[in-house]
Amino acid sequence: MQSLSKASALSAQPATEPVRRLRLPQKLRNLELFLLLIACFINASAVVLVQLGALGELDPTLVLLGAGLSVLVISLHVVLRFVARDADPFILPIATVLNGIGIAMIYRIDIADQQGGWESAAVRQTVWSALAIFSAIVVLLVIRNHRVLFRYTYIAGLVGVLLLFLPLIPGLGQEISGARVWIRFGSFATFQPGEIAKIALAVFFAGYLVRNRDSLSMVGKKILGARFPRFRDLGPILVVWALSMSVIIFQRDLGTALLYFGLFLVMLYLATGRLSWVIIGMSLFLGGALIASQTLNYVNGRFTNWLDALNPDVYNAKGGSFQLVQGLFGLAKGGLLGTGWGQGRPELTPVPQSDYIIASLGEELGLAGLFAILALYLMFVARGFRIGFAGQDDFGKLLAVGLAFVVALQCFIVIGGVTRVIPLTGLTTPFLAAGGSSLVANWIIAALLLRLSDTVRNQPRLVV
Amino acid sequence: MNRELKRVSIVVMLMFVALLGSTSVVQAFQADNLSADPRNSRTLYDSYQVERGAILVKGKPIAQSMPVDDDFKFLRTYTNPELYAPITGYIPINGEPTGLEFALNSELTGTSNSQFFDKISALVTGQDPKGAAVEVTIDPVAQQAAWDALGDYTGSVVVTEPATGRILAMVSKPGFNPNLLTVHNNAEVTASYDALVADPNDPLINRAINSLNPPGSIFKLVVTTAALESGNYTPESTFLNPSVYMAPGTTSAIENSSGGTCGAGETVTLATALRLSCNIPFAELGVELGDTTIRETAEKFGFNSTYSIPMTVSESTYPRGLDDPQTAQSAFGQFDVQATPLQMAMVSGAIANGGVVMAPNLVQEILAPNLSAIQTFEATELGRVMSEETAATITAMMVNGVQDGAASNARIDGVDVAGKTGTAQNGSTDPFTLWFTGFAPANDPRYAITVLIENGGGEGQTGFGNKLAAPVAQKVLEAVLNK
Repeated sequence: MQSLSKASALSAQPATEPVRRLRLPQKLRNLELFLLLIACFINASAVVLVQLGALGELDPTLVLLGAGLSVLVISLHVVLRFVARDADPFILPIATVLNGIGIAMIYRIDIADQQGGWESAAVRQTVWSALAIFSAIVVLLVIRNHRVLFRYTYIAGLVGVLLLFLPLIPGLGQEISGARVWIRFGSFATFQPGEIAKIALAVFFAGYLVRNRDSLSMVGKKILGARFPRFRDLGPILVVWALSMSVIIFQRDLGTALLYFGLFLVMLYLATGRLSWVIIGMSLFLGGALIASQTLNYVNGRFTNWLDALNPDVYNAKGGSFQLVQGLFGLAKGGLLGTGWGQGRPELTPVPQSDYIIASLGEELGLAGLFAILALYLMFVARGFRIGFAGQDDFGKLLAVGLAFVVALQCFIVIGGVTRVIPLTGLTTPFLAAGGSSLVANWIIAALLLRLSDTVRNQPRLVV
Repeated sequence: MNRELKRVSIVVMLMFVALLGSTSVVQAFQADNLSADPRNSRTLYDSYQVERGAILVKGKPIAQSMPVDDDFKFLRTYTNPELYAPITGYIPINGEPTGLEFALNSELTGTSNSQFFDKISALVTGQDPKGAAVEVTIDPVAQQAAWDALGDYTGSVVVTEPATGRILAMVSKPGFNPNLLTVHNNAEVTASYDALVADPNDPLINRAINSLNPPGSIFKLVVTTAALESGNYTPESTFLNPSVYMAPGTTSAIENSSGGTCGAGETVTLATALRLSCNIPFAELGVELGDTTIRETAEKFGFNSTYSIPMTVSESTYPRGLDDPQTAQSAFGQFDVQATPLQMAMVSGAIANGGVVMAPNLVQEILAPNLSAIQTFEATELGRVMSEETAATITAMMVNGVQDGAASNARIDGVDVAGKTGTAQNGSTDPFTLWFTGFAPANDPRYAITVLIENGGGEGQTGFGNKLAAPVAQKVLEAVLNK
């Protein structure tokens, strides 16, 4: 709203406008630079504290790597100064600090597991971060206007589905801890194409819904105050539902399925404004999940682990709640203020650097630290929603909110799983968790949000 | 679209509120419970951060924490591990400790209330916190002799000091090596533990205090005490001496272990019945006394109660509300009468101690890191179960049993040994449980001993107490008396 009033104030002074227009937006970039420096400082001190806490001495190698990363985010900032000078100033610093805290925690767990050198998870994560930030720069340079994406709606949909099912191709796919969502490049790296798929699908959903929302929202019978769609309009939701269910069945990945379906449902609701879609979608998904929990062992196990985690039988069972309870023990150990960087024992929890990084952070930074992290996520999501509120074109609005919502939902699914709000399903915590594909995907999301926010502020305001 | 957007924003807000709530619940409200969970290895790791106190036998450590260069900082190491395993127990990195490691955990880790001021002063002086050491009552000579004498039998030997109740030896076989269970590797610990649990001989059970068996004939000491204390019987009281006895209201026959009568004659005295360990006279006596009288005496000896030595001793039982046939069976330690070796050591200990039962105890002193005693254990009387005269009478009867009766294999040249053997049935075909309980020297008792051999000593139903258990006791008593 503030920007709106500024814009009208500016238009009232046409004489000075060109000069002001050049200088005013740089305020945003200056704010961003200031916040970015704070973020880099927080990240550097996290690594230093980890070294002091866990090693008892300072080791300059990782600090140097971290400094390299700071240089990269600052170059991203410089790129923004040229190609998206009106972009939101909070998105980049938030992504930076989350990424940095994640690297510090992964590094801390490497120390506990006595991992080091180029093979260690922290170094890999740093390299992936560099790659991810670089991808973000490329996205910002290539996509100068988000409406370009609208043209590629169906291609994006096709790419999304292909990426999603890539891991099912024999020889290419890789099964890790039960879920088949990875693909392998040679012997070095594994990649989770589903992470990138969520961006492609968000683009597709936004484009498709903007094109077709009339038929999805206007017609249909009214039952109990809500307008229900015609049967033949159920096509799209059934397709997405079938897609999600096949992810549950073939890739054995509950979290991903929930993520995509939730994303589609929210975007469908936003596009059509019809609550009946949400009702239909929720009942479809819950029905499917219920049947899956009865017939698929791994789904059933997830529910048992969630409801009865501390039961010794469940705890000791194969694939039981051992992992979940170890995470809870870690969180409990952290308490309100945490043990401090490098002082806890996050390595006792299985996969402490990926699925359970929130438990690891909760152990060392305490409830206070987790609240701060959750607040950062909330702010990140809120910036995305702000674009949605302020946006002028429906495609941009839908895309921005979709991308922001996918981050929020992913946080909810994985953090809620670790803290027993919902059954635990394997997803990465955005920006924090170890995993290259997730980092690349989330940095691209950040880049798209930056691009969208720039367009929103930059575009001429329509007088309706 | 903005109306919908507002609603979705509220949903997102609610999702984050749920996360804020759930993290608060786990980290603030459930934190204490989760930290107290025995499966929480973080709590266990924390307990390793202080140097755990040693467990000492005559000043020499049988369990101590050795500094190592890993996360736990200290490796719990047991010296002579199998010999002392029933005393020390073990403290694994991924489970609950046992033995003294469990019973005195807070003292050993320095967190007991009595160490509060030490903790404060350590905080002020900047010393590393350290747990208290525990000096046990074990006599290494008696422990080693008992271990050697028991050989390959599955069973237990308990030696106590009658006047104080101090436990001088506590052996349980088959043994196990606690060092295997304290290594700092979850998988190795689990593998060792699983193998020990799978062993049909249950090496992890401390048979001295946690194995319940029918006491058989050694329970006749309790019945004899009840009879003499009632005032209605003397060692010369007589009982009918048939070769088969039917308790009132039953058709199942009771026989003596010899299969015949108890010595020659129409009648047999109580003294002879105890000396030859005959079942029929005791069945008759039991029915005459009634189950209440026997139970009350048994309870004075310590039956139907648990003790803390400070490990918890399983409750030996003499059941309530028996009918005559059951009372007849229970009078020679069968039916549902069950006893731990330590309980039977309390019986002979009380006879040796002039009729006063002493509380059994394994811990002599708890020593602060500066070796000052935090706590010293005094001998505690549990109560008088019989008069001194009765005790002297039963002692004489037990001496006869060793010199010229059913416990002859416990004889030691030059020393009067008072003793009683037992051969208890465990069902019609299962191997016998073999017992010996007694003390020496009879005129000035310094050692009370109870030997338990489970599983028939490998001889099924052919081994008997005097053949297998009495020689074990004899060897141990010889060793401790000669030292």
